[in-house]
Amino acid sequence: MKPTTWTITLSISRQSGGAPRHFQEFTLEVNPDEYVLDAVERVWAFHDRSLNYRHACHHSTCGACGMVVNGVEKLTCITPIREVTRDRGTLRIEPLRNFPVQSDLVVDMSAFYQNMEASKLNSVSPVEKADLPIDHPTPAAPAVDAERLVDCIECGLCVSVCPAAATSDSYVGPAALAGAHQQFQATGEISLLDWADHQDGLWRCHSAYECTAVCPSNVNPAWRIMNLRRHVVSQRIRSLFGAKEPRP
Amino acid sequence: MMNQPSPRKFWRWFDPRYRQIGTWAFILNRITAIGLTVYLVLHLYMLSKLVQGPEAYDAFIALAKTPVILFGELLVIAAGLIHGLNGIRVGFNSFGFGLQRQRETFIVLMIIALAGTVYFAVHMFGWA
Ligand code: HEM
Repeated sequence: MKPTTWTITLSISRQSGGAPRHFQEFTLEVNPDEYVLDAVERVWAFHDRSLNYRHACHHSTCGACGMVVNGVEKLTCITPIREVTRDRGTLRIEPLRNFPVQSDLVVDMSAFYQNMEASKLNSVSPVEKADLPIDHPTPAAPAVDAERLVDCIECGLCVSVCPAAATSDSYVGPAALAGAHQQFQATGEISLLDWADHQDGLWRCHSAYECTAVCPSNVNPAWRIMNLRRHVVSQRIRSLFGAKEPRP
Repeated sequence: MMNQPSPRKFWRWFDPRYRQIGTWAFILNRITAIGLTVYLVLHLYMLSKLVQGPEAYDAFIALAKTPVILFGELLVIAAGLIHGLNGIRVGFNSFGFGLQRQRETFIVLMIIALAGTVYFAVHMFGWA
């Protein structure tokens, strides 16, 4: 069967060197089952080698290719073109919001990574601590702890979509708070609660739940933030009565 | 460099385009919170008329019975129901209760708020 071909227009945000941004249009023929990132790469390869964008693994592990596609935060390497436009349609591609734009679609994520580091999220965790929709596999060699990569791929989509992050650059953001929660679940380390328990931490969230809606990796930051609040409040109440350790 | 967070981008709180129902809840909560706070100030100001004696207060009460002011009061009731009911939802969600059902809860609560507003409208405007 001949593959379907769609003609689509990519309207890409261009901005460099402090100049105001503008949108540049490129019309391409694509297979609708290709991914948005494939189309962006084709623009770079065949139309304009000066286009700046981030990408690496192309299989939703590195978290580099987050962009705003037709108004919605997407990990473009796993977003089929078919899902976000139609034949003769347009894809409006913008850099992530709430991060300084360095050039075109590339944003400066250094503050984000610093917050992730401060959350102490370990990039691997024991398999038995994972929220997997399957029964936990028994390790082949039980003497060795089976580990897996944690779900958060540090793509920044949750920060881009968050209304609270739009107005406060000191807010640590949903990803780092979710990281602290995950690490707290794994280790019970009280200092993580102290780190999250301030106005630019847990209490800056205003429950729009958009972070969970855009997360491409099932981290569910909204639930983690709320659950961490519960741990913080319960810890504070317990410490009033002299307890030092969290409830196991 | 553009695009970084800034307090001047507060308008983005109120932009529901491409967003989910949680954003609608957040927007409605904020707008009704502002409305209720403004109303509280007005309300206290109007009550202060009491100290100016019965004439001033009676004149105000006559004004309060006009349809425009009645409609304004209906908005306050709607805002109170929306903000109060959603506030209970946010309060529970904030500690992890009912979070997986937050969308459905919001829809049900807003139907209750609408029904309550209609009930008050019927009685306030004497349609019953
Ligand atoms: C049943 C009564 C009420 C409940 C359950 C309630 C609950 C809440 C909750 C949970 C929030 C936080 C929302 C968030 O995290 O985004 C909030 C915010 C707020 N409320 Fe209420 N509230 C009530 C009545 C009122 C009244 C009567 C006023 C004004 C006179 C008011 C003014 C505000 C203001 C100004 C905010 C801040 C809005 C924001 O940050 O978006 N509330 N309320």
